[in-house]
Amino acid sequence: MYTYRPVDTFKDEDVHILDREERWFERGVKEAIYVKRKRPSLNRGGDVTWKVKANDRPYHQLPEFKKKVFLCIKKSKYSGNAIKTYKYNVITFLPLNLYEQFKRVANIYFLALLILQIIPEISTLPWYTTLIPLVIVLGITAIKDLVDDLARHRMDNEINNRKCEVLLNGRFQEAKWREIQVGDVVRLKKNDFIPADLLLLSSSNPNSLCYVETAELDGETNLKFRMGLRVTDERLQEDHQLADFNALIECEEPNNRLDKFTGMMLWDRERYPLELDNMLLRGCKIRNTDWCHGLVIFAGGDTKIMKNGGKTRFKRTKIDELMNYMVYTIFALLILVSAGLAIGHTYWYEAIGTKAWYLFDGKTQTPGYRGFLSFWGYIIVLNTMVPISLYVSVEVIRLGQSKFINWDLQMYFAEKDTPAKARTTTLNEQLGQIQYVFSDKTGTLTQNIMQFKKCTIAGRSYGSDPFYSKIQPVDWSWNRYADKKFQFMDHSLVALVRSKKDKDAMEFFKLLSLCHTVMVEHKDGDLIYQAASPDEGALVTAARNFGYVFLSRTQDTMTIREMDQEMTYEMLALLDFNSDRKRMSIILKFPDGRIRLYCKGADTVIYERLSPNSKHKETTQTALDIFANETLRTLCLCYKDISAEEFEAWSRRHKEAQVTMNDREAALDAVYEQIENNLMLIGATAIEDKLQDGVPETIAKLAKADIKIWVLTGDKKETAENIGYSCSLLTDDMEIHYGEDVNEKLTRRQASRRDDPQAYRRGKKKTAEPFFPGSNKNALIITGGWLIDFVDMACECEAVICCRVTPKQKANVVSLVKKYKKAVTLSIGDGANDVNMIKTADIGVGISGQEGMQAVMSSDYAFAQFRYLQRLLLVHGRWSYIRMCKFLRFFFFKNFAFTLVHFWYSFFSGYSSQITFEDWFITLYNLAYSSLPVLLVGLLDQDVNDRLSLKFPKLYIPGQQGTLFNYKNFFISLFHGIFVSLIIFFIPYGAFLQTMGQDGEAPSDYQSFAVVAASSLIFIVNLQISLDTSYWTFVNCFAVLGSIAIYFGVMFDIHSAGIHVIFPSVFTFTGVSSNALRQPYLWLTIILTVGISLLPVICIQFLSKTIWPSVGDKKYEMELKEDDDKKKPSAFQRGRRSRRSAYAFSHAQGYADLIASGRSFRRRPQAHGGPQESIREIPRRELTENDRRYEV
Amino acid sequence: MMASSYSAKDEDGHITVSGPGGGTLRNKKPENTAFKQQRLPAWQPILTAGTVLPAFFIIGLIFIPIGIGLYVTSNNIKEFEIDYTGDDTSSPCYNCAQNFSWNNTKSCTCIIPFQLDQPYESNVFMYYGLSNFYQNHRRYVKSRDDSQLNGNIDSLKKPSKECEPYASVDNKPIAPCGAIANSMFNDTLKLFYNDPNGTSVPILLTSTGIAWWTDKHVKFRNPGGNNANLTAVFQGTVKPVNWHRPVYELDTDPENNGFINEDFIVWMRTAALPTFRKLYRIIQKNNNMAPTLPRGNYTLVVDYNYPVRSFEGRKRMILSTISWMGGKNPFLGIAYITVGSVCFFLGVVLLVIHHKYGNRNNSANISN
Repeated sequence: MYTYRPVDTFKDEDVHILDREERWFERGVKEAIYVKRKRPSLNRGGDVTWKVKANDRPYHQLPEFKKKVFLCIKKSKYSGNAIKTYKYNVITFLPLNLYEQFKRVANIYFLALLILQIIPEISTLPWYTTLIPLVIVLGITAIKDLVDDLARHRMDNEINNRKCEVLLNGRFQEAKWREIQVGDVVRLKKNDFIPADLLLLSSSNPNSLCYVETAELDGETNLKFRMGLRVTDERLQEDHQLADFNALIECEEPNNRLDKFTGMMLWDRERYPLELDNMLLRGCKIRNTDWCHGLVIFAGGDTKIMKNGGKTRFKRTKIDELMNYMVYTIFALLILVSAGLAIGHTYWYEAIGTKAWYLFDGKTQTPGYRGFLSFWGYIIVLNTMVPISLYVSVEVIRLGQSKFINWDLQMYFAEKDTPAKARTTTLNEQLGQIQYVFSDKTGTLTQNIMQFKKCTIAGRSYGSDPFYSKIQPVDWSWNRYADKKFQFMDHSLVALVRSKKDKDAMEFFKLLSLCHTVMVEHKDGDLIYQAASPDEGALVTAARNFGYVFLSRTQDTMTIREMDQEMTYEMLALLDFNSDRKRMSIILKFPDGRIRLYCKGADTVIYERLSPNSKHKETTQTALDIFANETLRTLCLCYKDISAEEFEAWSRRHKEAQVTMNDREAALDAVYEQIENNLMLIGATAIEDKLQDGVPETIAKLAKADIKIWVLTGDKKETAENIGYSCSLLTDDMEIHYGEDVNEKLTRRQASRRDDPQAYRRGKKKTAEPFFPGSNKNALIITGGWLIDFVDMACECEAVICCRVTPKQKANVVSLVKKYKKAVTLSIGDGANDVNMIKTADIGVGISGQEGMQAVMSSDYAFAQFRYLQRLLLVHGRWSYIRMCKFLRFFFFKNFAFTLVHFWYSFFSGYSSQITFEDWFITLYNLAYSSLPVLLVGLLDQDVNDRLSLKFPKLYIPGQQGTLFNYKNFFISLFHGIFVSLIIFFIPYGAFLQTMGQDGEAPSDYQSFAVVAASSLIFIVNLQISLDTSYWTFVNCFAVLGSIAIYFGVMFDIHSAGIHVIFPSVFTFTGVSSNALRQPYLWLTIILTVGISLLPVICIQFLSKTIWPSVGDKKYEMELKEDDDKKKPSAFQRGRRSRRSAYAFSHAQGYADLIASGRSFRRRPQAHGGPQESIREIPRRELTENDRRYEV
Repeated sequence: MMASSYSAKDEDGHITVSGPGGGTLRNKKPENTAFKQQRLPAWQPILTAGTVLPAFFIIGLIFIPIGIGLYVTSNNIKEFEIDYTGDDTSSPCYNCAQNFSWNNTKSCTCIIPFQLDQPYESNVFMYYGLSNFYQNHRRYVKSRDDSQLNGNIDSLKKPSKECEPYASVDNKPIAPCGAIANSMFNDTLKLFYNDPNGTSVPILLTSTGIAWWTDKHVKFRNPGGNNANLTAVFQGTVKPVNWHRPVYELDTDPENNGFINEDFIVWMRTAALPTFRKLYRIIQKNNNMAPTLPRGNYTLVVDYNYPVRSFEGRKRMILSTISWMGGKNPFLGIAYITVGSVCFFLGVVLLVIHHKYGNRNNSANISN
């Protein structure tokens, strides 16, 4: 039945897309693709360069297959099958890791500082003040990297050491995956993972059919079949035949196209074309096939799945970047200030220093040189402006946030015992800034379980609403074939069917059991259906439970059990599904000679073809509307009786069409059209594509938080749209735009840009009119393969659904948005097909607890249910962001306030880079005296609790806009720090100018001054963080009081007599604290300093709260009002626009070709696999036609 | 009975521990603790009018009296200051200042008469003050060896590098080494009361008790412990370049000689700012009811040894009484009064603003 496709016409499907230029969008071209005609040819030279010789390992080491790796070292271009994802090994760990770490500006900075501090001329601070923190920072990071890499090593090892059978020296031997090489013949067993991209040679099934599960590859869980070439099927069954197999395969270079493969097999001087159908791709799993043989074409890194994996990217958060820029800003500031002070020192030295005999130091340095030294001295003194503990603290906070995510009970999925897992600890605050969420559909939004929920038969609807689900599900014990897992709530329908009184009901289920392309397998007395789509499986299963059991099929007969009697129908024709027809039909000859056509299809196409006499049109229509509104996937069922003559006539035309050379499919469609008319409607089915729990609520919440959700799916448009509605991504107030319409809009835009390029450039965003005029909410549904610079338009939409997209395209969409919108993106998915987009997005989320682990392995966060996303973003993300921002703002502030005191002091110390504080205070300030409270704020602070953050998603918006930490905040922190340092210096300055102690001694000495300033600073910093803390737990309280206590404790210790006696030159502040702090005058100074520093802040905060309430407050108010308003009209919101594009066919064509070809029903002469009861030997027909062999 | 109930309890506890404990091995369910679920009991303070406004008023009410108290106290303190730098031709010390040379071994004396308008009661403290003297210059501050000052023999023989270039002369270690010690203030100030009947009565100046106890007893120690013979102890060291006498001849009192000489200790406690005063002597109060320094004419006799003119410095002699808060210093009092007033004023302003805007945001109370 298979005929050659006409190769000379240049039709779309005959064009093989070799490669898409990946960055086409940058050039503004529509899409850069390199195409090639489908028919493979060896004469065209150049493009088919991948040569694989079966059972000939040395062949692949020939010099012509070598490529240059490094200088003159050459390596075979064929990869081994071992994969390597780890970064370091034992030797390279230390240098590589240090190299990576010193890529960080801050680390380099501290290293440079350390070197500076070693130079005695300019060493103003002891070297250990920098070394110890630096070593700690590097150590912690190195340990973390080591642990990560060890996990990767383990994973790699586990995969590389998997076993499989390889044909070596004439017999199959067990070997590890890593040992497999291109050209090897391997044998795989049932449920084995495929170790490399193989050419299927033969299998235990008839006709070398091999079922594979491609879930890891594309996320689809239904089985697909692969077929060996006829020639290999016939001649490569036995081991010795395989051992002698010496074909040469020529094919395309390794690429990432999962849906295309072209090649040619040269064997015994004959050429055979190879297609994707002959290939078993790595990552798939062998199913329902006892064993199969394959020839390794691509191994390891060359395999399509590996080619599809994007490069692992080091992800950074926006705040990270911002922080880096701020550190640069501080550097600049530092250099500027130091330079200014150095110049000051130069002039001071000229004016005063040279004359001050007491400062004579025996060196004949010019003032300029002294200024230069002073510059470096100030660089060291003021280095604390870049807080050395910043990075460690940030890491600690992120680690804590990650732990909180791991610990969250509300993200723990009890059914599968999977808690949420933050797999990276570097991205948490980014979770509070997400603008775009890209979601996979199958397995993420939906459970990929189709359930037969409702039906309407002859105008009567069956199947209860979920509201009445207290009814016990129907008991199927009367039916020994019933699938126990199937649940149905409406007992009346079962009664109706069992009573056998209702002809329509019987016909309804008979149709379901006959009109499909499902394959059946008998196993241990149980029936296992293999359906091309889960929908179809669900329908046949439903029929089976209602007593119409599909038992077996042959090429042209179908056997079903109708209640208690077995019936065999002769199948006259199978009119398969495709996406244009949106229906499928089967023409059967009943045992009594009647010929009847059964048809099921989308309501739109069915209603056009109904007979005027058909009954129940209106009632069914109403039922369909109701089903569609419940976002069930619907199918109309109908039949038609055909007279023998009519069929005869049609059959002739059909046969003609089948052998048409030109445009066979169009011809067939036309023929099908002729018979599929005047149909009699029986009813309609409604299938639920079961959503994961809480998906609609989550999506609604996220949408409220101004997060745009894009669904990227490999499904076809209708399915995706249907899901879009059912998960409330699409709502009725949206106007749906399809990619095809959008094309027009884009062309218009592009044309206008061409016509007036200058205006476009000049006006930038202003001239760009919105694509969709009007204030309606918009939604966009586009098909893959068509991805132009639609970003602007797409981003105008509330929701976007991309269908039929490949993994690479998914990633492209994500990077497109990332690139053009500079937006923070999150991808969520569950399968290997989502790996790419998970890696590409700023944040990747994997759904764990599923079978495949690839998505989780490459994700940054993993949890079991999509609905946890709202908690992850709105609660944890928001908190993390707010905490991190608060932390950073305060951290910068406290270091400015601390460091700039030196700056003010320099005006009174001859710009001599004299430090204001004791050096031990400087060493410990960030470490012990001020970090704990702010660290705790970074870990524990909550402005509002989780319940409220979920209730008011609008609170999320400040994070997206990045308003809590940006340059403005940074400069506010800077000025706040300047202000406080000013106070800290000048109040004691005023007080010390001519002070005396109460006992007459003059405590105006440097050391007392240092202690007073330091004490003021400690009080100010700790009280300031108390003011900023919005969530006061006992831990915070403890930390604030503790920090102050530690300060005084350590200070009194350091200033004690005992320690001075032991280290007289290290601890020189002996007795200062006790002498200074017993003076009430100095305490009054401290209190005044603290008061002046804090009161303005309180005042400003109070004013801003009163006069300019924060965004959060406003939103909060708005929300409250909105909530009140919404309560009223909701009752009247029933009248929804109907949408009935929903119908239940999977995107894949059915197994019709396979059924028609009869290849799967032929029993193998030498029975390798277990003989299957249902499969009967049928003489093959049109064998030669079936054989797709080119004679070149 | 006691025992049995105890064991039962123990057993019971054991069972409850092992039950879920065994479960958690397989169960990855996170613990439901307030900390892990971020539900720690907490107080969420919000800056409301109810807390902020009273705070401002209270602070104002506290600060203003403190300020007034400080100010009054400061004003009650008597302080007298003489600048004897000798810059001015009219100054008695002009000649000494002009003729200063490092080689002069004989000190130049200048006599400065002055008058106290008020009697000074209780202990009167005598200070010397220096201006434009950068005792806080980094190199200067560093230029000492605390180990040496603490009486370490090794450091005495081999002063720290920090002391350079005042560490040694002709390979002989300097004691005390460093620039600070080298530049020690060495003017001698004497005070005479000119009796109305014409006689000049010297006033007894106490030179001990002017340093911190910790400095005198912990930080500064003579090498050799309690060896009274300081000359022997400092054998092999040389005096600092600018000094006229070696360190062991600073005083005749062995308790105030060598490194523990209080003038030396006071000098070594470097000042925070370029203008500073240091306690020089204490005039102990008389036992009788008469004021320590009665109103009248006095003479200050200065042995002018310390050159400050080269760097435009000033030298002062200060006489001051002391209160509970120390010396005369109006700054803090004024600052307190100012801050207190501003607080009070701000409180009023905020009250007005709150009344104007406050009602608008009543609904924005998040703490429901």
